[in-house]
Amino acid sequence: MKVLVFIEQRDGKLKSSSLEALTLGAKIAGSPADCAAVVVGKGVESLAAQLAGYGCDTVHTADDAAFDKYNPLAYAAAVEAAVKGHGAKVVLGVASPMGRDIFPRLAARFDAGIATDLTALEVQGDKLTGVKPMYAGKALAKIAIQNSPVMFATIRPNVFAATKTGAGAAKATKLAVSPPADSRIKTLEVRKGTSEKVDLTEATRIVSGGRAVGSADNFKVIYELAEALGATPGASRAAVDSGYAGHEMQVGQTGKTVNPTLYIAAGISGSIQHMAGMRTSKTIVAINTDPEAPIFKVASYGIVADLFKACPIMTQKLKALLQH
Amino acid sequence: MKVLVLLKPTPDTESKIAISADGSKIEQAGVKYVINPYDEFAIEEAVKIKEKAGAGDVIVATFGSDLAKELIVKGLAVGGTRGLLISNEGLENADSLTVAKVLAKAIQAESPDVVFCGKQAIDDDNMHVGVMVAELLKWPHVNVVTKLAINGKTANVEREVEGGQVEIYEVGLPAVFGADKALNKPRYASLPGIMQAKKKPLDLKKPGDLGLDAGALKAGIKTTATGFAPPPEKPAGKMFKGEDVEVMVEKVVKLLREEAKVI
Repeated sequence: MKVLVFIEQRDGKLKSSSLEALTLGAKIAGSPADCAAVVVGKGVESLAAQLAGYGCDTVHTADDAAFDKYNPLAYAAAVEAAVKGHGAKVVLGVASPMGRDIFPRLAARFDAGIATDLTALEVQGDKLTGVKPMYAGKALAKIAIQNSPVMFATIRPNVFAATKTGAGAAKATKLAVSPPADSRIKTLEVRKGTSEKVDLTEATRIVSGGRAVGSADNFKVIYELAEALGATPGASRAAVDSGYAGHEMQVGQTGKTVNPTLYIAAGISGSIQHMAGMRTSKTIVAINTDPEAPIFKVASYGIVADLFKACPIMTQKLKALLQH
Repeated sequence: MKVLVLLKPTPDTESKIAISADGSKIEQAGVKYVINPYDEFAIEEAVKIKEKAGAGDVIVATFGSDLAKELIVKGLAVGGTRGLLISNEGLENADSLTVAKVLAKAIQAESPDVVFCGKQAIDDDNMHVGVMVAELLKWPHVNVVTKLAINGKTANVEREVEGGQVEIYEVGLPAVFGADKALNKPRYASLPGIMQAKKKPLDLKKPGDLGLDAGALKAGIKTTATGFAPPPEKPAGKMFKGEDVEVMVEKVVKLLREEAKVI
């Protein structure tokens, strides 16, 4: 099975969840010869070496100054060339901002089936099947793609393992592609975020604060606990709407869907909308003064206490524990 | 300025999602449909553009069943000028690309200067249709738009990505923009607005009216939901209360390391 995996990079740094997609792609392909990757950007040829051992023999590179900043039409053109060049039957990526942006465009371009944000994925013959959470996580849909010349799919980060098996030479091969000359879309700038932390959508540990935190200043108890854990800080919609935390920190329906191994919710009551964004977290710790708070229903461990007492103690204990 | 907004009816977040006994579908009884929350930001942005221009059309368009009518009228109550409902009868199981094919045809017929949609629908969370429509029309798109300014035939657009990074684009119109929450604050419908909305035109069409063959569309569906299952039950958690806070925290930290093995 010919499989192509779209590997994301920003500023020359590979996206870690792209390795999860590559590991899965290699498994579906069955042999390193049938699995290829595509990397788009400026100076990305040297990144191919980092993919060695993950199961693909070929890394198609679209390496040009014009690909420096992400541009949906330019990047789609590059991946399109790689799909054709490799003769891919399955194209895999990650349900990231970039993956979510170009996969639907490519599916339309190839008149193909597409399934995104999958938490399970299999390919048998000409049929791709997968599982996708829907309705704010209240149902898991079984998705099938059939009768499609190419099948496009993206996976949810932190669900599939990234495993270096040692197979796959990952040899860089330059794609003959240039960005569309008459493009009506120009990327003027990519403004850096305020946070150097791992993005919420990919974080393996998250500490979120809710309305009960009470102010932007008070959020430092959340930041300190996050720091002790090497976690990314998050917030509920109530905290964001009250101005205690930035919109980019919002977890939940109108914010981000997260899937960490550890999610600590402090002072969050647990609205349906919030839980829609975090209920698949592996281990959930809830800290709340109200024992009836809905968040305790999904919590692996619940502490009925004031977050201003519990969080600093937890910070101290974790610091002591994790230093060893 | 002619603006077209794509609206999708989605189950209210508070609705109970019940899976049929055979697992083949979501039971429709008791599901209340609302305008997809992100589409409200799309409608607001379209209305603001019309107001700023001083004149123009804001067409609220849906591919769906009759139940979408009242939601389109809600869009007209907050400033839409006319509605367009394309019936999905016989195509209820259309995949995102099939929906995009129908909407792209409708957009072609209307030839608006700009198209807005919500960044994603909260039922399937796909983020497919807006982007696909742009591709089928050979237009550019920006999704997850947090800021937008239109100057004549171009738009300056900001899109939020990982870690609070912001991509800033200059886009030649026509284009498709997917609205994020940060884009604006949708207004509430006024009483006069609600009264006027009932008198605004609402065109009802079928794919055939747009020159599409419903049979061919149906045959072209490639992605299907073949069944549904409830999410796995989480084992009941361990609750600590009434003890000294330090003792409770100590216990949980120990469990995180020894039982959950996550730290």
